[in-house]
Amino acid sequence: MYNFTYSNPEMLSDAEHLLGTGESPTLLAGGQTLLPTLKLRLAQHSSLVDLGRIVALKGIVAEGSCLRIGAMTTHWEVASSATVAAAIPALSQLAGMIGDPQVRHRGTIGGSVANNDPSADYPAGCLGLGATIHTNRRDISADDFFVGMFETALENGEIITALSFPVPEVATYVKYPNPASRYALVGVMVSKGVSGIRVAVTGAGNAGVFRDTAIEAALQKNFVADAVPESGVSEDTLMSDMHAAADYRKHLIAVMARRAVAAATS
Amino acid sequence: MRRITMTVNGREITCEVEERLLLVQFLRETLKLTGTHVGCDTSQCGVCVVHVDGQSIKSCSMLAVQADGRSVTTIEGLMKDGEMHPMQAAFHDQHGLQCGFCTPGMVMSAIDLLQKNPDPTEQEIREWLEGNLCRCTGYHNIVKAVRQAATAISRQGEART
Repeated sequence: MYNFTYSNPEMLSDAEHLLGTGESPTLLAGGQTLLPTLKLRLAQHSSLVDLGRIVALKGIVAEGSCLRIGAMTTHWEVASSATVAAAIPALSQLAGMIGDPQVRHRGTIGGSVANNDPSADYPAGCLGLGATIHTNRRDISADDFFVGMFETALENGEIITALSFPVPEVATYVKYPNPASRYALVGVMVSKGVSGIRVAVTGAGNAGVFRDTAIEAALQKNFVADAVPESGVSEDTLMSDMHAAADYRKHLIAVMARRAVAAATS
Repeated sequence: MRRITMTVNGREITCEVEERLLLVQFLRETLKLTGTHVGCDTSQCGVCVVHVDGQSIKSCSMLAVQADGRSVTTIEGLMKDGEMHPMQAAFHDQHGLQCGFCTPGMVMSAIDLLQKNPDPTEQEIREWLEGNLCRCTGYHNIVKAVRQAATAISRQGEART
């Protein structure tokens, strides 16, 4: 690992200032992706601004028909929160499937979303539930947030502070995990709520998470598992690697979506 | 360099460390607590699991400076009054190891499981240990050891009350 300077401010305003200082500063959230990346020298930063001591970035609150989760809340805290389980059980379930217990103890929702790994679970959770990403500057809808592989709408100096999830009528997340890494080979979040039907797919798209509009349209007419058609996306837009070819991933999208709808309607 | 203070196995330690120093390197190379191992170095194998403020974490994916002000427990901190921790004793009794390389991480991880779920089923034990890889035993005796420790710890608790 190349060396860097390190700071762990207690105030968000100090983190903002530090993030604007130096050659190539970056934020450190749970560190479960950033630190392994730095160790492999795949990334180099002049300074790390650790958000771990900023109390305002932590916590889970149910606010009417909305669930608000602080950016530095760990996967473990989300998975074991009674508030999350009562409001959106699909989200507890999703958080409990990330990595392994030790990774869940450190990894955070804000870090996962900001990284936008094309196989990570939270991007599907946010897009599939129609979440809003709150930053130190503005609110961004999940539909506008996830731009491409490891790419988001975040600008330089922008820090995710919290995420809000509208409580759906029903929602389920089903994933086919890569047996070694536990990342999603294909993961699908299906939800039905005030904004209609949403079907978000992670692990498959070569530009990261996306909504499967063909499956959404079919479920809009009839919300039952048998109504789920083959995925509407072209195989050219799906990842193909040693773990799964594009046609297999495409097949898995419909299979996971069917299982999610079956669980949501049972 | 940065000055950090933490409690390691009950002892307060203050040190100047490089910012990039990993917690596992700090434990092994600075403090010479080599019971915590380094295996994959990519946060998958779990041989580096230690407790930070009671929570099991992979010490190869945390910086030493991030543990500033916190309490760290390693495998060396488990023995009390010359007696092995019930989890260590159970791994010994059930032969929950062959080469022993994964054992410190397995033990630290399994102790955290019992803190959260004192009476886990075999399935729950296997799922919890998904971040701890063993290349020798096939996990069978490890699972038996965790069950034995769960029973032993709950009996200890009953004896105390």
